[in-house]
Amino acid sequence: MYSKVVMDHFKTPRNVGEMKDADGVGEVGNPVCGDMMNIYIKVEDDRIKDISFLTFGCGAAIAVSSMLTDIAKGKTIEEAKKITNKSVAEALEGLPKNKLHCSNLGADALQLAIKDYEDRKAGKVRPPSRPEDRHEHTHGESCKCPYCNGDVNSGLEFCSHCGKEMNDSN
Amino acid sequence: MSIINLDYISANPLLPEVQEAMVEAIKKNYGNPSSSHRLGDEATEVLELARKNIATLINSASPEEVVFTSSGTESINHAIKGVALAHAGKGKHIITSNIEHNAVLKTLRRLMKMGYKVTSVSVDEYGLVNPADIARAITDETILVTIMHGNNEVGTIQPIKEITRITREKDILFHCDAVASVGVVPIDVQELDVDLLSFSANQFNGPSGIGGLYMRRGVKIWPLLDGGDQENGRRAGTENLIGIVGAGVAAEIASREMESRVNHTKILKDKLIKGLKEKIGDIIINGHHEISLPNLVSVSVKYIEGESIVLMLDEENITVSTRSACASGALRASHVLLSVGRDYADAQGTLVITFGKETTEAEIDRLLDVLETAVETLRKMSPLYNKVQG
Repeated sequence: MYSKVVMDHFKTPRNVGEMKDADGVGEVGNPVCGDMMNIYIKVEDDRIKDISFLTFGCGAAIAVSSMLTDIAKGKTIEEAKKITNKSVAEALEGLPKNKLHCSNLGADALQLAIKDYEDRKAGKVRPPSRPEDRHEHTHGESCKCPYCNGDVNSGLEFCSHCGKEMNDSN
Repeated sequence: MSIINLDYISANPLLPEVQEAMVEAIKKNYGNPSSSHRLGDEATEVLELARKNIATLINSASPEEVVFTSSGTESINHAIKGVALAHAGKGKHIITSNIEHNAVLKTLRRLMKMGYKVTSVSVDEYGLVNPADIARAITDETILVTIMHGNNEVGTIQPIKEITRITREKDILFHCDAVASVGVVPIDVQELDVDLLSFSANQFNGPSGIGGLYMRRGVKIWPLLDGGDQENGRRAGTENLIGIVGAGVAAEIASREMESRVNHTKILKDKLIKGLKEKIGDIIINGHHEISLPNLVSVSVKYIEGESIVLMLDEENITVSTRSACASGALRASHVLLSVGRDYADAQGTLVITFGKETTEAEIDRLLDVLETAVETLRKMSPLYNKVQG
């Protein structure tokens, strides 16, 4: 069900691991939705000198993270800001339809990491990380329906946008 | 390298005897059992032999109580909708549990849209229904209680006899979804005292596309399919005779081998659970430790996601199943795992490992080795694992 490029990045992911001295960190997703991604960047002369990731998720999520780090490495901050989830999926030669939204969060995490880097540079204090937030749904943060990318309201039994049932499994 | 199949719950391999019988039937039994000429008679003969073998497997009082369907899902739909429609005059209340298969849950949801009321009882941390909860949920309007036998995700076997004691006394019909159990553990419909029981041939080394519904004599139920008089007018449509022949042979072998199958799978299950506990830290074995299917191990591997484990095992020619939402195409973690107390992350990392008579101890050893490496690799990538490691 996955392309050869996806399987290659899944089997031998690039740039795995936490970066202790990162200049910017971006975290997206939560286990309620199924995927979590952390992106760490090291910036020198306005360029992403090093990048790494930690991901909890399916094969697509891991491949997306790996591919994203490959694409972003060596890019200037301005260039990196142009990387989108769509361009990552294209570099992977496509993703299954139901993985296009929920597992394709790499670029979002990168953009958050860049914002974190810029905030730190501007002297803004980073809010303390609260890991417990990521175990439960927080307000204002919702899962994306993998079929239509609408926000999924956890109180409903089906996606209010496309009607797909929540626990439509076997 | 040959495949190590540890995903029997998805489909069993067809036994050689089953394959041979089906090939033979393809050549000989193209006739329609409803025909009154010799081709019809020959077809009827093999059809009724298969029915008899199935009746023996579940110890039905008479083969006439067995109706062939296209799947476990059809049987379940037939049982629930058939009772709901036939007894709507008496009431529109149905009782079930929180850990039923979607074939039950979605059928009930459909009925709810048609004005039926459904009470769903919760289960304990082992996945067990408390029969007292069923008794408490019964009202004057209750027409049906539907509770599964062995659970397909955590393996727990429900106290069916204790529940039917209650429904029998109250004169309420009882349906049992025994799809994951028939052919795996002894099922005796008379001892369990059920009115309706659903099963599927692909859970006991028969072909996919053949299900069965046990209907106790005298149970008032509407057919799901109207048309010809096949199956004594209880299920219209020309029979899938080739598949039914395969199911019959598979049932005959399952009856004969039941004791050795249970013993064999029990040994493998104990070995697998012991190995998992020794080799892989931070896991939860789901389901009841004793009252459960002997051919199923459900394990939540903390800090990693199930589909990525399945892919890694598949690379090593080992097939297992996961209950992760990502793999199933669902938007949410499994309702069964959440019901037995797993949190979202643990539910996402749950594997269901199922096996059968062909599975060897060496295959279990190989799974344990490959899984150990896969878990280590994936945990190195996991932000959740990184957090607990500090």
